[in-house]
Amino acid sequence: MAPETKICAQHIDFFYGRTRALKDISLDIYANRVTALIGPSGCGKSTFIRLINRMNDLIPGTRVEGKIIMDGLDINHPRTDVVDLRRRVGMVFQKPNPFPKSIYENMSYGLRINGMKDRNFIEQRVVSALKKAALYDDVKDRLHESALMLSGGQQQRLCIARCLVVEPEVILFDEPCASLDPISTRKIEELILELKKDYTIVIVTHNMQQAARVSDYTAFMYMGELVEYDLTEKIFTVPKERMTEEYLSGKFG
Amino acid sequence: MTIPEGITDNLPGTWPKGTSGRKRIIRTSDISQALGFLALVLCIIFALLFLGSIVYFITSRGMAVISWEFLTEVPRRAMTKGGVAPAIVGTFYLTVGAMAFALPLGVACAIYLCEYSPGSVAVNIIRLSINNLAGVPSVVFGLFGFAVFVKVFGFGVSILSGSLTLGIMALPGIISASQEAILAVPQSYREASLALGATHWQTIKKVVLPTALPGILTGVILNVGRVAGETAPILFTAATFYTRGYPDSVFSEVMALPYHIYALMTEGTRPEVQTAIAYGCALILLALVLAISAAAIILRQRQRISYGS
Repeated sequence: MAPETKICAQHIDFFYGRTRALKDISLDIYANRVTALIGPSGCGKSTFIRLINRMNDLIPGTRVEGKIIMDGLDINHPRTDVVDLRRRVGMVFQKPNPFPKSIYENMSYGLRINGMKDRNFIEQRVVSALKKAALYDDVKDRLHESALMLSGGQQQRLCIARCLVVEPEVILFDEPCASLDPISTRKIEELILELKKDYTIVIVTHNMQQAARVSDYTAFMYMGELVEYDLTEKIFTVPKERMTEEYLSGKFG
Repeated sequence: MTIPEGITDNLPGTWPKGTSGRKRIIRTSDISQALGFLALVLCIIFALLFLGSIVYFITSRGMAVISWEFLTEVPRRAMTKGGVAPAIVGTFYLTVGAMAFALPLGVACAIYLCEYSPGSVAVNIIRLSINNLAGVPSVVFGLFGFAVFVKVFGFGVSILSGSLTLGIMALPGIISASQEAILAVPQSYREASLALGATHWQTIKKVVLPTALPGILTGVILNVGRVAGETAPILFTAATFYTRGYPDSVFSEVMALPYHIYALMTEGTRPEVQTAIAYGCALILLALVLAISAAAIILRQRQRISYGS
């Protein structure tokens, strides 16, 4: 059964000032699958996923051309409600970035900004999101302590849990394990595999093995271009492009 | 492993004889380092000496007149008897009033400049003007306050006019401290908040400002001392040499410690008594500034603890 398309990017060009950072990128992201973006530093993979929740809006002097359609909604349309879009498309960043508040306040933040006040309801959602992120047992006795007391790996799982609380449909991971040790990395990877049952996941990673382990589809990007996009097992076993093969075998990168 | 014999015969800090090590020699770099360090220590001592001697002189000369009566009673017999309570109260009102005006306005300006303003030429001119405002002599603020608040707005010589004048004087300091504090909030906090579907304003209110608050309070602390001690801005706008009692509204004129010191030292007929009282007032002013600053420091510390930074 062919998977359902969740997000469809068509001929995306992206400019930082005059620099063209993305060149004619078209790809489909499938629902309930993990799509990995790999490629050397500066190839535009982070820039691309930041277009999906319009995080690049924050950078002055940038411009995007082409269309990204999610469930029939044109993401870049000037009348698209960015706040609503970002509620549907959660994001986990390269460096764990919990707020300098308590664990519980971090978790409830997404609900409170959406105007939810019912304490029982908030608590219920917080606990269930922490459980989903496999963090509940680690923190259940210190929910009101500062989130900055947690280890790096726990902070990153907190950021994932914080993003789950608002029940997004898509989760974007921007090199989520870049600053973590191998054991924490494994936990995050297990979590991603668990989460794909309920969410559509896009992950940017430097680590080719990580892409092989967690993803269903892999896109290889180079210098702002999409070189090859296919099922992960095909990309890693029978890549069509020579450049993909050379990158995966470590000839450059 | 055993320690070879004879090793303890060495001079401390030298290699044993017969090893490849050389005798410790004094290099020019050692000397210049020692001299540099000495110079820095001397500078610190010098600075502390100044601070210490100010506190010592004020305290030793002022302590003599400090008494319960001095702190709680109104002046009598042309300032030479009684206390200075109305001046203490007046300075407190003026300082708190100035901060109540300058803090919200200054923080709001800083938020606009850091978070909303497009980085245009006009905004850079605004920034430059604010910085220049900090260099305007305080007596000019006093004249401005007199012309605008006392006359045009018709607030008269009053706590309100004085507080507003002092507040405007404190504004540049508060704005620049707040700007620095807001810019120091990591961009990753803003991104985290926006990515969760918060609006820009929610992000500012719930993430940026609480994180920046300790820095903003530092700006407040630095300005409280200046505002409480200024004489020129309140000269024509709020202060009076003598009142019978305490101010009963924001439209009352008040006594204030800095102006009271000035008056005691320049007017009156019994300079020997008045000088002692002036030192007493100076000591109280120091203590008052310290108390207001301490309150802000405690608040800042609490905020830091609750935000875990």
